[in-house]
Amino acid sequence: MTARSRDIPPLQALDAGVAALDVRGVSHVFGARKALDDVSLDVPAGSFTALLGPNGAGKTTLFSLITRLYDNRSGVIHVLGFDVRRQPAAALSRLGVVFQARTLDLELSVLDNLLYHATLHGVGFHAGRQRALALLEQDGLADRARDKVRNLSGGQMRRVEIVRALMHRPRLLLLDEPTVGLDIASRAALVAQVRALVANEGIGVLWATHIIEEIAPGDRVVVLHRGRVRANGTYEGMLAQTGGEDLSAAFLRLVDDTGESAA
Amino acid sequence: MSAPSPPPPARFRLPLAGYLIVLVGICWREGLRFLNQRGRFLSALVRPLVWLFIFAAGFRSVLGVSIIPPYETYVLYEVYVTPGLVAMIQLFNGLQSSLSMVHDREVGAMRILLVSPYPRWYLLVCKLIAGICVSLLQVYAFLAVAWFWEVELPPIGYFTVIPALLLTGLMLGAMGLLMSSLFRQMENFASVMNFVIFPMFFASSALYPLWRVQESSLALWWICTLNPFTYAVELIRFALYGQFAPLPALVVAGCAMVFLAASILAYDPSAGVMARRGGPENAK
Repeated sequence: MTARSRDIPPLQALDAGVAALDVRGVSHVFGARKALDDVSLDVPAGSFTALLGPNGAGKTTLFSLITRLYDNRSGVIHVLGFDVRRQPAAALSRLGVVFQARTLDLELSVLDNLLYHATLHGVGFHAGRQRALALLEQDGLADRARDKVRNLSGGQMRRVEIVRALMHRPRLLLLDEPTVGLDIASRAALVAQVRALVANEGIGVLWATHIIEEIAPGDRVVVLHRGRVRANGTYEGMLAQTGGEDLSAAFLRLVDDTGESAA
Repeated sequence: MSAPSPPPPARFRLPLAGYLIVLVGICWREGLRFLNQRGRFLSALVRPLVWLFIFAAGFRSVLGVSIIPPYETYVLYEVYVTPGLVAMIQLFNGLQSSLSMVHDREVGAMRILLVSPYPRWYLLVCKLIAGICVSLLQVYAFLAVAWFWEVELPPIGYFTVIPALLLTGLMLGAMGLLMSSLFRQMENFASVMNFVIFPMFFASSALYPLWRVQESSLALWWICTLNPFTYAVELIRFALYGQFAPLPALVVAGCAMVFLAASILAYDPSAGVMARRGGPENAK
């Protein structure tokens, strides 16, 4: 499943055999509302794990806890073996995130956005520029490096955000509904870009979505609904478990108590 | 498919050089944004100049200012209000950069800052330092124009004011930062600017010496005396004449520390308002 690239960065050697992400028994409440209820899931290194759930399932809350925007009061979250609560610096330095909201600075150029992010992770301007240009080149965006972000299309902005999340060579990549608002072609390009990362660099990916078509056979799937994990396994396993003929039927069966539709 | 239980990881330390890179990166980005927003620079410059050219010129004959330290002779009203206007520039700048933080938080850009592995208090301090650097640019641009308007300070004053500006910038920036943590939306925040900037500015020694305030209203005098902005103005006033004012320095430093500590606490994920007032709509 994992094809590791030859130029192994130093962090990676330490990570062997450790899950990229391990969430155990995490609950979270906002006032009286329980947003997450005893959630456990894991993302093995070099795997594409889809976090599938309708809107309001708690996906964004889970991401906020993993990225330590909020503190998890119950349960533990490990990123590459580091507890995000006890060793946040170690955990966050191995983590790349693409948030649901667009977070690029529209007034700055693509390159400046990437360099700013690099410095926030302690990567200097020289190294940052080299890394940024290499990643943009790989992604076919090299000719847009000097353009203001405002002039990019929605799909290009998302791809730049993924490049930005990779600037500090993370071993775990979180994406929160990255394809929202994109057309079919951009969506396919984005999914392909991330799948290539999993295959070529052995990055663990947690991909939150409510769009079934983005999940492929061989993926790991976690279904989150109303703050609880309803299913956790492989694509094929989920089909077998629910007796569904396709994944969307299986998914609807798992979340049908509210009548909410998945797509 | 359960994950293997994680082995005890090796101790992890962020490289020291990284701290410097973070500081430089945040200041660099703040500088780029500042250059991109010419309107912001222009209004930061025009605002105090309007006060200097129009308000102060008009009141020159009405308000006489007697000889009080640090002045050694009678001074024109323009000269008297200059330190207050310098402090006003910093007040606006401090609140404006925190306004941009509220905006950043609304659109989500704030999260990019907060997922940095460096400690959150350090990131906030870097953000403050970047804001202070921008305010210094604005202050010197103002002082340069004022010089042509015959507000000529002793040459040494242009240097001795730097440490004072760093301290007052820190206090006013930290105050803005604290306020930014308390407001969820821009709208609320914009109205608070009105309730904060104007009272702070008017109820201080920026426009009139406190002894004149005391003559007219003892209550107002008390308010001015308790207003930290008064001490920011006085610290700058003395520093512009190469003098050190111990009491204002102490008050400003004390307030800066309190505001800074409170805002760091407010942005702390385990203790702060982020967690308590959180909710998906706030988390984006």
